[in-house]
Amino acid sequence: MTNNSKIMDKENVGRALMRIAHEILEKNRGTENLCLVGIRTRGAVLAERINECIRQIEGSPLAIGILDITLYRDDLTLVSTQPVIHETSISFDITGKKIVLVDDVLFTGRTIRAALDALIDFGRPASIQLAVLIDRGHRELPIRADYVGKNIPTALDQNVKVILKETDSEEDQVIIKSRAL
Amino acid sequence: MSQWTKHDLLGLDDLTKEEIELVLETAKSFKEVSTRDVKKVPALRGKTIVLLFFEASTRTRTSFELAAKRLSADTINISPSTSAISKGESILDTGKNLEAMNVDAIIVRHSSSGVPKILSDNLKASIINAGDGCREHPTQALLDLFTIKEKLGRIEGLNVGIVGDILHSRVARSNIWGLKKMGANVTVCGPSTLMPRGIEECGVKVSHNLSEVIKTSDVLMVLRLQLERMQDKFLPSVREYAKIFGVNKEKLKHAKKDIVIMHPGPTNRGVELSAEVADGEYSVILDQVTNGIAVRMATLYLLLGTKEGN
Repeated sequence: MTNNSKIMDKENVGRALMRIAHEILEKNRGTENLCLVGIRTRGAVLAERINECIRQIEGSPLAIGILDITLYRDDLTLVSTQPVIHETSISFDITGKKIVLVDDVLFTGRTIRAALDALIDFGRPASIQLAVLIDRGHRELPIRADYVGKNIPTALDQNVKVILKETDSEEDQVIIKSRAL
Repeated sequence: MSQWTKHDLLGLDDLTKEEIELVLETAKSFKEVSTRDVKKVPALRGKTIVLLFFEASTRTRTSFELAAKRLSADTINISPSTSAISKGESILDTGKNLEAMNVDAIIVRHSSSGVPKILSDNLKASIINAGDGCREHPTQALLDLFTIKEKLGRIEGLNVGIVGDILHSRVARSNIWGLKKMGANVTVCGPSTLMPRGIEECGVKVSHNLSEVIKTSDVLMVLRLQLERMQDKFLPSVREYAKIFGVNKEKLKHAKKDIVIMHPGPTNRGVELSAEVADGEYSVILDQVTNGIAVRMATLYLLLGTKEGN
């Protein structure tokens, strides 16, 4: 048995992403040299959403890329079945760019470590910042987010699930699943 | 999508349609890696792969080696002339010695059919068949399927003609298995001396009229005349073969306008394929070579990428 509790609904998610868009623009003083890279699968969708917010604010969207980090995972030789690999598509040169990396949930930090390695293989960006919808703690690496939609204290055995219209064909929401006592 | 459970890649005969699809889908993602400035991902870091080639090869060996290196694996090349094999060591002993050095995979090519199977039955390392005698050359067929899908968007329902030395061609056999599983209609075409008896039982049509085959084909796979395997007289002359079964511009006059011409290489220009056609607009020969690396990366990743794969 599991207990599900909804911690963000569609409106909360939308507001958080709009606030993150404003924060990104504020911190970088506009859109010059700025681009977004989303981590597959949900990070890529969130990057698109943030880009749409930025388009509404600034009038034009940023360059956007999608990163698949599977081949850079540090647990690849530990898992028993191959994760399916999807395409990485970054059509612009990232050298000298200010990159905002986007993911749905920040947990151990290992995904971000892999994403940083992958990005560096594409060039030498001026800087890399991190935006996440949820920060649930329990970091295993010295990594932190620059933009956070919501901080949620969790227990290790809980599971945070971000549900998005594009990937899950369900209304946007964030759910914490915990084992019932 | 289905999961990969195979420990070795011996032939397309052993693969299901779903497994073939998984390789093709995975290869699509790997194609991008070779277009980067830094053409390397760390997926197979720390793995050791041996290339054991008992027959000459440029494309396949280089392609496998690049694929392994772009996945960060370490590779070793062994050629029979400069190794203990020339002192009379058996293939199995060579394999066992390599295994004692903890190699993770052995990519093998041999003039005898079944050598990869013998190795896989006796060794723990993953065995990848890079061509065994006249039997199978699975990665060639996989890259051919990938290229067809890339060019025409599908494989199911296509008419594919395979032309030439069917008898000696492991490429033809692997492709027949692969194409049939993916739902293509296959016609083999060549002189009757180079047509294996009973080939119809594989579910292919047999024709000896190249022009007829060309007329209906969406894809034409032209095979190399394997003169090195012809100890007996199979043909009156190479010149006559070129005249009747060589693909040239004239014979392509009645072809479909978007026909795809493939050749596994190396090409005997002017024999099975005229230079004009090999370098012409329908030819995808060099795309096949490019795609070969992506397909072999996918194969190595699926076989070695995870714990189970070892």
